Amino acid sequence: MARLLAFKAVIIINVLFSVCTDLAYCNNGRRGGDPLETEMSGFSVPLEHSFELDDVAKFQSRGSLLLKTGREPSVSLAQNQLSEDDRAKLKEVAAVDGLYRIRVPRVFLQADRQTEWQMEGYLTAFVRACAMVESHLSDVITLHTDVSGYLIGVSIVTLPGACRGTEVEDEVDLEVFNTTLSIMAPVNAPGPETALFLERMEQESEKKGKNPQEQKSFFAKYWMYIVPLVLFLMMSGAQDQSGGGAGGGAANGGGR
Amino acid sequence: MAKLILLLLELCIIFCVVHAVFEDQVGKFDWRQQYVGKVRFSHFDTQMQSSKKVLVATESNVFAALNSRTGELFWRHVDKTGPEGNIDALLHHAQDAILVVGNGRVLRSWDVNIGGLNWEVLLDSGSFRSASLVGQQGTVKHVAVLKKAFISVHYLSNGHQKWIENLPDSETVDYQTVYSGGNGHVLVLGVVPHSHITIVVYSMEDGEIIKQVSVEAPWLSNIPASCVVVGQGILMCADSTTMSLNTLDLHQQTQMTQIPLQSLGLEADPDFHPSLMSHQPNAAQKPLSEFFLQLGPERYLLLQLNNGQIVTLRDFNPALLASFATTGEKTVAAVMSPKNKTVSKSQISLLFLDACSINLFSADTGRRLLDTTLIFTVDPNGGKPEKLHVQAFLKKDDSVGYRVMVQTEDQTLTFIQQPGRVMWTREEALSDVVTMEMVDLPLTGTQAELEGEFGKKADGLFSMVLKRLSSQLIMLQAWIAHLWKLFYDARKPRSQVKNDISIDNLSRDEFNLQKMMVMVTSSGKLFGIDSKTGAILWKHYLDNIPSNAAFKLMVQRTTAHFPHPPQCTFLLTEILYISFFFFFGGRSQVTPPALPQPILQSLMLPLMDQDYAKVLLLVDDQYKVSAFPSTKNVLQQLQETASSIFFFLVDSSQGRLSGYRLRTDLSTEQVWEVVIPTEVQKIVFVKGKRPNEHVHSQGRVMGDRSVLYKYLNPNLLAVVTESTDMHQERSFIGILLIDGVTGRIIHEAVQRKARGPVHVVHSENWVVYEYWSTKSRRKEFSVIELYEGMELYNSTVFSSLDRPHAPQVLQQSYIFPSSISTMEATLTEKGITSRHILIGLPSGGILSLPKMFLDPRRPEIITEQSREENLIPYAPELIIRTEWFINYNQSVSRVRGIYTAPSGLESTCLVVAYGLDIYQTRVYPSKQFDVLKDDYDYMLISSVLFALFFATMISKRLAEVKLLNRAWR
Repeated sequence: MARLLAFKAVIIINVLFSVCTDLAYCNNGRRGGDPLETEMSGFSVPLEHSFELDDVAKFQSRGSLLLKTGREPSVSLAQNQLSEDDRAKLKEVAAVDGLYRIRVPRVFLQADRQTEWQMEGYLTAFVRACAMVESHLSDVITLHTDVSGYLIGVSIVTLPGACRGTEVEDEVDLEVFNTTLSIMAPVNAPGPETALFLERMEQESEKKGKNPQEQKSFFAKYWMYIVPLVLFLMMSGAQDQSGGGAGGGAANGGGR
Repeated sequence: MAKLILLLLELCIIFCVVHAVFEDQVGKFDWRQQYVGKVRFSHFDTQMQSSKKVLVATESNVFAALNSRTGELFWRHVDKTGPEGNIDALLHHAQDAILVVGNGRVLRSWDVNIGGLNWEVLLDSGSFRSASLVGQQGTVKHVAVLKKAFISVHYLSNGHQKWIENLPDSETVDYQTVYSGGNGHVLVLGVVPHSHITIVVYSMEDGEIIKQVSVEAPWLSNIPASCVVVGQGILMCADSTTMSLNTLDLHQQTQMTQIPLQSLGLEADPDFHPSLMSHQPNAAQKPLSEFFLQLGPERYLLLQLNNGQIVTLRDFNPALLASFATTGEKTVAAVMSPKNKTVSKSQISLLFLDACSINLFSADTGRRLLDTTLIFTVDPNGGKPEKLHVQAFLKKDDSVGYRVMVQTEDQTLTFIQQPGRVMWTREEALSDVVTMEMVDLPLTGTQAELEGEFGKKADGLFSMVLKRLSSQLIMLQAWIAHLWKLFYDARKPRSQVKNDISIDNLSRDEFNLQKMMVMVTSSGKLFGIDSKTGAILWKHYLDNIPSNAAFKLMVQRTTAHFPHPPQCTFLLTEILYISFFFFFGGRSQVTPPALPQPILQSLMLPLMDQDYAKVLLLVDDQYKVSAFPSTKNVLQQLQETASSIFFFLVDSSQGRLSGYRLRTDLSTEQVWEVVIPTEVQKIVFVKGKRPNEHVHSQGRVMGDRSVLYKYLNPNLLAVVTESTDMHQERSFIGILLIDGVTGRIIHEAVQRKARGPVHVVHSENWVVYEYWSTKSRRKEFSVIELYEGMELYNSTVFSSLDRPHAPQVLQQSYIFPSSISTMEATLTEKGITSRHILIGLPSGGILSLPKMFLDPRRPEIITEQSREENLIPYAPELIIRTEWFINYNQSVSRVRGIYTAPSGLESTCLVVAYGLDIYQTRVYPSKQFDVLKDDYDYMLISSVLFALFFATMISKRLAEVKLLNRAWR
């Protein structure tokens, strides 16, 4: 029975892999490489990664990012598979708790001409290599732009993010990237909501206007309770004073 | 009306958290010290023999009167900061003090007695040159103000302009001084550099030019620096190139007479620029014909001009400072000369000045007056004397007595009376505190004894028992001594009970409410101040500190590690200065390391060496890391933990934020980089959280009893940017929340149509910032809160490397009706107490605003759930309630920073606000839930307890008797 289960599991994994490789094929429509202009309103830049045993960054191409410029920038990704050597190296780096780094060049997304979008320098980010391995290369990459469309930062996290030390048996697991990619522009911070508040106030006052019961003052509504209470307090107060200061003083002291 | 009362009642019920103090609590938990700043001008009020006022005008744009007996302030006027309020000149005549303010923009007259404003006039624009009182026929009724292109004369009584005249050839001639000898003429002296002097004589009556003379003086460029007027209107100039004195009779001559110093038998220091000092006791009279000539850094000469001949009255060598003073008809010269110069054995080149003696000399003869020696002891932890202010007075026997106010380099004012009794000192350096820390006081002797017992190695049962007994005996002894002291003090009248505090008898109190404040001032003077009383316990002056230096103060070892003394590190990055010192008693024995390269970043690690000193890492501009202390033990620890030590660097000039990781060989590698283009916005703030902050609750309980977990990332940085485009439609403020370890941008928001200055507080899971809204032209507050959601990703530890999900971000903004100077959040021991935000207002108030009002979950529409959660319904305006001011009427002028520190009581947070003044108080954000009230009735509760106890005893006895009786029945 146990053998059967294992067999089944292998089948399932195989099926999964075939699906994965299919996905990868879809992904790899274009091999990444040098930046090239694709359309009038878009261009592609290389996405590079580095994982080295001695932690000295040596960036190699991982794929290319296809950036759509304009008012609402969007991004798509075409990336390569990990080669046999790279897979082995990644596992080794993970074993010594090395880093997996990525970098993208700084670009300006609102530029009209091709010459303008390129800027000097790179934006870099990292995850632990073991997290990369244990998540089977499923990562989430986010590109951040500023108000005017400059790319200011890149971040990468893996899902799941933890390094538990679990062995990744199958080499095939580390072949294809399963990347979720997004581009984020800053959100507009809200200002004080005066209009809504005023509206609400108006509504409340209208409600009160409709309900004549509400309009009655507090005193008019509850005089029958207040008057006896006040009378009672006055009486007891008078008694206290005539009763002597000692009791009153103690009560005061305890009260504060 | 009834509605209003109802509303008020409701308010009372909702906000019963009232932070007011009772009248009898004023000054009990708080203190304020008022300062004036570095003194620029000072005058003694001499109109009456009994007057006790010293008028001072300072570089902090403050004009004040000090009590010369106690050093306290009579009154103080704080003007605008910056060049607008800069005090250019202070003239004093009888009851009036005339001030020229803001590069000659305003002329003000103050009444010296009460500090009231007599009048104020606006002057025509033009850069200010000089001002002088003008006397006529023995009385002073006018003041003359010289500007670049004109001279104006005003009445002293009401400030009205008597006349104003343009100066001839003001384009070519640089007019610098105005002088009046009391004979109805006003003389204006100007110079064409390296050519000639121009003297213009105006008539006092109508401003008519009487005479205009040019005199050859090719060597002269600055009249106030090298010339004085002595005697009958004779201009005396010192020429450093030819080493000579040049005289010119302003009324008659057209040629300067050169008198070489050698002909007087004097030799000058070749590198020293000789300078002159004269004295005009009264603006209505001519100046004295005696004057001082300074020939070297420590050499003064008292000279007299007699019929064109210069006579040396006395040679003062060595002399540090000299000054004239007049009382009645007598004028004296006071000279400070060093005394007991000792040469330290180790450093021969360094001269230590122990004490100075000040002597009075008769101005007209140069004879030393008898019994006028005054000893000024130079503080070894202070600076050198810089200025001497002398107050002379006539004694009953018609001899001259005097007091002096010595101003030293460290901005200290010391007022001394004969024969050297220090009446008061004012530490004006404290008017400009740059940064501060608060540290716990050490344990008492008995507590330390106990600690020592546990610290020692166990050596046998018997000796341990003995040790235990002996330490308990010591404790008993200490307790009895304490009781005895209490009893002894209680019998004495309250005023006699001395409460002197010194470093030796300082010890931690029961609730750790008394701490040591270590303050660093911009002048380079460090202070240790007792937080309970404000008394200065120690001070230390570091000379040669550049004025714009960036200071950093770090606590390397706290008081928790007896017997090792607490230690602090003081770091100055610009001039590569690092110093270790103890909180209680001077510098540490640890030799400060030499810093060959400028330091980019310094960080305190939680690692400790064998002596419990935390490890300080310094990153230099080559990205090399050095550790202090760098013992073997530390380096080993560092190697083990290197891969988990991350740090970040900010280069705001290039908009670059970069993260680095430490390697085992103490080199670094860059791991992330975020670049914010400087063309669009510039980084103004990067704020992390305070390392000693504790958060007690992981989440917030919602109305439906579920929990919303906070996103508590200790590595989170709040980066605030301002747009470079300052147009009011396009300007914006950017807020980035970046993880300092991974460089991940957690949240990015822009506040459009907003402008700085921005103030930020970053704590727990929230960031509060304040900005100027250009659209609505008002100050607004905004709060960002971060939540993980209903589930916690990893509840045991937080790791920046393993938090894949981005937090939920909530934000809300409010209108604030005032501009603010500074902002800080309260801090308590365990973080249970609710938080308040302390806001320093320009009005001098310190507002304690509950964080509850700055909560992005405040609902627009009230629901049952939000009511359950105790959320206040959203209102766009934050109202300043007067009971929220924690400093009642004790305004803190120009508050620049607020420092908060936790105390041993969870409810209590210690607050220090500093600016021109220093104010210390305690705040109780959730009221004093763990303290009994001051007026708690101990008698009542104990008598009730005793009564109950006895009642039980008696009733028990009675019950027994009753039972026995019943049994017998």
